This record gives sequence, structure tokens and C-alpha cells, in this order.
Amino acid sequence: MTSHKSARQQAGSDRQGLASLIFRVLADFFRQTATILWVETVKIRRDPFSLFTRAVQPVLWLGVFGTVMARTRAIPTGSVGYLEFMVPGVLAQSVLFLSIFYGISLIWEKDLGILSKYLASPAYRPALVTGKALAAGVRALSQAVVVCVLGLLLGARLVLTPSSILGVLFFLMLGAALFSTFSLVIACLVKTRERFMGIGQVLTMPLFFASNAIYPLSVMPGWLRTLSSGNPLTYQVDALRALMIPGARSAMGLGVDFAMEAAVFAVLVGIGSWLYPKSIR
Amino acid sequence: MTTSADTGIFSVSGERAAIETRGLTRRFGDFTAVDGLDLTIPDGVIFGLLGPNGAGKTTFIRMLVTLLPPTSGEARVAGFDIRREPREVRRRIGYIPQLLSADGGLTGYENLMTMARLYGVPRSERRERVRDALSAMGLSETAGLLARNYSGGMIRRLEIAQAILHRPRVLFMDEPTVGLDPVARRAVWESVRSLRESSGAAIIITTHYMEEAEELCSRVAIMHRGGIAAIGTVESLKEEAGGAESLDEAFVHFTGSSMESGGRYRDIAQVRKTASRLG
Ligand SMILES: Nc1ncnc2c1ncn2[C@@H]1O[C@H](COP(=O)(O)OP(=O)(O)OP(=O)(O)O)[C@@H](O)[C@H]1O
Ligand SMILES: [Mg+2]
Repeated sequence: MTSHKSARQQAGSDRQGLASLIFRVLADFFRQTATILWVETVKIRRDPFSLFTRAVQPVLWLGVFGTVMARTRAIPTGSVGYLEFMVPGVLAQSVLFLSIFYGISLIWEKDLGILSKYLASPAYRPALVTGKALAAGVRALSQAVVVCVLGLLLGARLVLTPSSILGVLFFLMLGAALFSTFSLVIACLVKTRERFMGIGQVLTMPLFFASNAIYPLSVMPGWLRTLSSGNPLTYQVDALRALMIPGARSAMGLGVDFAMEAAVFAVLVGIGSWLYPKSIR
Repeated sequence: MTTSADTGIFSVSGERAAIETRGLTRRFGDFTAVDGLDLTIPDGVIFGLLGPNGAGKTTFIRMLVTLLPPTSGEARVAGFDIRREPREVRRRIGYIPQLLSADGGLTGYENLMTMARLYGVPRSERRERVRDALSAMGLSETAGLLARNYSGGMIRRLEIAQAILHRPRVLFMDEPTVGLDPVARRAVWESVRSLRESSGAAIIITTHYMEEAEELCSRVAIMHRGGIAAIGTVESLKEEAGGAESLDEAFVHFTGSSMESGGRYRDIAQVRKTASRLG
């Protein structure tokens, strides 16, 4: 064995070692994330019935609330028709409602031994969390189809270029990932199903009303506007409007919308990864 | 500086021990669930941890599988420190929790694939290992069924299959046969025995059943109120207890209670939950 490596060789092989270590960590991370995503999508595929139950809420909001409010012309939405204004709002809202209860699956898995088994495996915690978040994103995509088709049937004019559709899907994934991870964090903290459902109920409406989902920021009183501008849902709706409504422009800028959501998501993944193992102690 | 998976316990600790603990302690508030355990479990044995409800068996195991940080003390599993090198430990162990841990929404095959991928079994070997594990546990025929339709015994065997795909050095099974009928119980015992012969892994089993310890375990420790009341072979324990006829008698001698006594609501609810089928 050669025990006398020159310093330069040593540094070179260290650097190589570091590069291959980073590569290995990333490869593991992506594989584990993909595994969790796969598990969740397999289950979604087996449960097509929930597609229908989940469609009920947006149908009511858009079909009833939206059409009625559009006739009253009570809410000033500028040059945009109220129905067009509503479609992205209802889409964002239905994804929020869907994602905010996502953490219940974590409590379920904790009460069985499934979570313990995952956590005793070498999988990275952030990979476990991110995999779940992306799965929530996949679930959200079915809502997009329901809401957009309904909107078009009701006569809303929407932008249907490939780039806008891709943009909408991207933001939906991001929004669903964000709110489902928020939900996961809450699930880690409250630990029981009953309390979780209670908190979920308490949280959804404030998040919804303190946003621009069904009325524009411009009609809000100052305090509500301040609250709304700290609400990720506002950025989600802003981005979806900019992408879906012909001639609409983003109030905040798509870049800001993305940066805000991505940052909140990253922070939540961090908190979630930290809380995940604590939830089973 | 990287230690490869298969040299772990010899190169790092220099000792042939699957598990070594020193003063391992866990408190919950004022209550001490595991109280300063010193224990060495050699490689390749089936080790039984016997004790009544609340003795601290599960708490002990959960520390060793890195899910619960100890309040004080140290432990090495497969040669690695559970606090400083938890990922190295996790790579080398299999863990079957006391509660049901197979995913009822997936088929048997999918349950196994999930674990194979999480543990990083190389893609080229995954199918083969999954197939082998299924046939070793007698589940080849039912691999395509959703696990929620499995019987209790099949689920346990599925969980064993999940826990051995990555060829662990140490396998932890927390009450593997609770709630199973005698036939299913025997089937699990058979699987455990053949597993030890084929893999050489150390297998740590907690149990309430004397018969299980007598059937399976080459060494046994009796746990009582967070401590170890006695340790040895089944024979040596009987002798130590003043020539007890059965392990039951020895157990009463060391713990001052029979296995039947005790059992609060939480424990019973847990056993029931384990016994009932998934989802
Ligand atoms: N997370 C916890 N918080 C508070 N107390 C706990 C916790 N986990 C366990 N305990 C207590 O620690 C003691 C030991 O519990 P443990 O589950 O380790 O016992 P066990 O020997 O596995 O019992 P069983 O045979 O019922 O599975 C019990 O009295 C239990 O109530
Ligand atoms: Mg236990």
C-alpha cells in the first residue's frame, strides 16, 4: 500500500471524494422522494371515487356563488368579468382545501406503525416530506381539470396556450406542495385526528378570506390587505390569474409569486423534516 | 473513511457484538421506562426480550433503532453509535414495530418495492430480491393482493419480508406474533428460524409468550420495570430460579408477577389494534 500521497494528490482525491459524496446524497434524495411520490400516486389511482367528492366544492363555488355574484356585478374586477376572475380563485381555493387536510394521512400512518418504519430506514427526512408534498401536487392536478372545464362551460374566457397551461400546472403543484406541507407540520404538532380536523377547519376559512381569491385586494380594508399580502394563497391566486385570464397582469409579478411560494415551501419542508421524527416519540 | 456495509461491525468496534449498551436510560417525565441497561448481544443469535406490559421493551427497542433518543447512556448497534451515526445504524438494521406497519393501500409486492427503493437496493437486484423475499415468506401467490386483505399472519410475514430486503445485520421484531392464531404463530416462527440460518443476522424479539422464547431464542433476558431481572439461556434461567419447571415459573420468580397480570387500557388497546386487520 502507498501511504505517501503527495499533498496535491490528496487534495485532488478529497475534492473527487466530495463530488462523489454530493452526487450520492442527491441520487439517494431523489430516489427516496420519487419512492414516496410513487406510493402516494398508486393510492390515488386506486381511489377514483374521491375525484368526484372533491369536485363538489369547486362546482358549488363556481357554478352557484360565481354565477350569482357575476350577475350582481357587486365586486369590481376591472376589465375582467367576474366569472373569469373567479376561476383562478376557485382553483386555488379548492387546492387549498384539498391540501390543508392532507396531514391526516400522516396521523394515520403514525397511529399504525408505517411512519416508524419509514423513519427507521436510512431515507432522508426531507425526502419523505418532499415526496408527500409532490403527491399532494399530483392530486391537485385533477382539480385543475374539473375547475377549468367547468369555467369554460359557464362561459369564462381562459388562456389556453401550452405555456400558460404549463405555468398553471406548475403553480398548482407548488401551491399544493406548500399547503400540504403546512398541513403535515400541523399534523406533527397536534398528533390526534380529532384535534387535527378541528384545526384544519379553523385554518381554511381565514386563509381563504384573507386572500384575493374571491375579491380583489383593492376592495379590502387596509388591515385585511396587510394580512393578505402575507398569505401564500394570495400569491398563488395572483399567479394563476396572470396565467389564465386573457390580458390580465400579475399585481405582484410572477417572479415574486414564485419566490414567495418557493421560500415558504422550503421553510416548511425544513420544519416538517425536523418535526417528523418527533411526531412518533 | 467510508466503511462498507459488510465490514461495519468488525472494523469499527473491533468486537463481534450486534448490540452493546452502556447505562442506556430513557425517562418520560419523572417516570423511568428504561433504567441504565448494560447489555451485549452477540452476532447471529436469536435474542428474546421477555417482560410484562410496561416493562420497557418497546422503549428499549425504539432507542436502538434510532427513533427515540436516550436520556442518558450509550449504545452501539451493528458497530455504530446510535446517537452519532444514526444513518449508519439505520442502513444495517431491519425493524418491525409492535404496531402494524405494512401499508394496507398497497399490494404485497408494492410494499416490498417501496422498502427496496428506500433502502437503496440497486435497481438491477430489486425484482430478484423482492421475489426471493416473497417466496421465503410464502407470499408469492398473494403478492398482487392489497395488504389490507391479508390475514394477520400474512401481514406479519410481509413485514418480515420488508425488513430483510436490504440484508440487515440486526433485525428487531417487537412482539411479532401477538394476536396471531397458533398456526400463524408457528408459521412466523418457522420464518424467523430459517431467516437466522440463511442470513446470520442477529434477531432481537420482544415477547409476552414463554413458549415463543423457549421455541426460538438461544438467549433470553427478562425485563422488569425498566431493568434486566435475569439473563441467560432458557435452561440457565430455570436453574437460576432454583430449578424451576418451566420458563413461566422462572419468570414469576424473577419478576414477582405472572405474565397474565397487569395490562392497562393503553396496552390492551395496542394489542387489539395489532391483532385486527389493516385499514
Ligand atoms: N411516549 C411515552 N410517553 C410517556 N410514557 C411512555 C411513553 N412510551 C412509553 N411510556 C411508558 O413507559 C413504560 C414502558 O413502555 P413500553 O411500551 O416500553 O413497555 P413494553 O414493555 O413494550 O410493554 P408492552 O408489553 O405493553 O408492549 C410504560 O409504563 C409506558 O406507559
Ligand atoms: Mg411493547
